[in-house]
Amino acid sequence: MAKLEVSHVTKYFDGIKIIEDVSICLGDNELVCLLGVSGVGKTTLFNVISGLTLPEEGKVTLNGADITGSPGSIAYMLQKDLLLPFRTIEDNVSLPLVIKGDKKRDARETVQPYFHEFGLDGTQKKYPHQLSGGMRQRAALLRTYLYSKGAALLDEPFSALDTLTKGSIHKWYLNVMEQIRLSTIFITHDIDEAILLSDRIYLLTGSPGRITEEIVIREKKPRREDFNLTPEFLEYKRYILSKLEMDE
Amino acid sequence: MKRKSRSITSKLPSLAAIGILLIIWQAASVAELVPSYMLPSPGDVVKAFIDDFPLLLENCRITLLEAFAGLFLGVAIGFLMAVAMDCFERLYQALYPIVVVTQTVPTVALAPLLVLWFGYEMTPKVILIVIVTFFPVTVGLLDGFRSADKDMMNLMRSMGATRGQIFRYVKVPGAAGQFFASLRISATYSVVGAVIAEWLGGFGGLGVYMTKVRKAFAFDKMFAVIFLISALSLLLMWGINVLQKKCMPWEEKK
Repeated sequence: MAKLEVSHVTKYFDGIKIIEDVSICLGDNELVCLLGVSGVGKTTLFNVISGLTLPEEGKVTLNGADITGSPGSIAYMLQKDLLLPFRTIEDNVSLPLVIKGDKKRDARETVQPYFHEFGLDGTQKKYPHQLSGGMRQRAALLRTYLYSKGAALLDEPFSALDTLTKGSIHKWYLNVMEQIRLSTIFITHDIDEAILLSDRIYLLTGSPGRITEEIVIREKKPRREDFNLTPEFLEYKRYILSKLEMDE
Repeated sequence: MKRKSRSITSKLPSLAAIGILLIIWQAASVAELVPSYMLPSPGDVVKAFIDDFPLLLENCRITLLEAFAGLFLGVAIGFLMAVAMDCFERLYQALYPIVVVTQTVPTVALAPLLVLWFGYEMTPKVILIVIVTFFPVTVGLLDGFRSADKDMMNLMRSMGATRGQIFRYVKVPGAAGQFFASLRISATYSVVGAVIAEWLGGFGGLGVYMTKVRKAFAFDKMFAVIFLISALSLLLMWGINVLQKKCMPWEEKK
């Protein structure tokens, strides 16, 4: 059974149908990518999945339980790191635990071991503005992981980073994902990023947005260093590009 | 250490300018360009300050007491109003214009009325200070609360945070900078407000002292008390800066 299931979701915004009859699923420990051009309704879909907004039709289930319209079950991470500038990194990261009712000191203790795992050693007492963009995204991902209950939505988490930082953070990300079990749906408009990171890719196209294609990336994980230079990679890319163009 | 020496160097020009102004003033008095009963020399002012020190101190105590009471109440009311107006949009629409109108009423015109209503004791002074100090705090905090990042609040909601938690962890610390900026303004208003209120009737305080020395044409004492009032305001601002650094450690590391 799928961990997370989104079935037949339709959502209007200001009377306009943004997404129509969207059904996607996410298996345990799977990394699924939602690929589409800007404005196709990817973020709207995420708002529905996370429970921040109610869809007109359809429902969302997590581990079999209906969570439609009830936030707090699925972690959500955005392109902006959204770390609170007035909290140290450890306090930012432990915020979800504090919100759940943990004592500040206990929460701090709980998060300590993860700093090493996420490559954030030594940043505990620093403030977000003292860290680079890449490090801030790592901290944001750690925070996301800590309140995820096993499933997370990432909305273009790395798109604000420059190409070089992006490359190294992709490597880091795949590494971390090997260690922690986190089923993830990932939004991006970067085709390379989608092929590089995901197990499966959904193409969301059109207006209103519909799922028009599902592509399985058969390359095993951990991925080869030069996967993005192989013919297989290019083949996937060519296929996706042709599908996206067909839609236009 | 390095920081400290830099802060001294950055203050040097303004200290020099003040020194030069004082020298010109003293020279003008010695040369009798202005008759000394109209403009006493800095030396005379210092002498008047020392001579009247016990009296100034006693009046200072009363004024500060009023200023602090008024400022404390004003800030408390400002905070509560900002919180209430942030929580309820209707309340914001209903009250915001009234809050602004209270600021267009000239303080000096209001003071005599307050004296008529509440007598010559402390009450009318404190009320006047509350009226002038709550406004900057309300507006500053409200701005701070309302400028909280919408995505941040969505993220908090997706974490399952309650409105109270969002308020406590995002809005309040986010508005701290604006709060302290407003508090500095309110603090200076509180001292000036107390003095103005005392002009119009009272039994003690720097304003009452001012009225008395003005009637006696004791210009040297007049200047002494004017400088004392600015010194008090400066001291209060400095205290608020210290408090701000304590409350906002994240700003320190920038």
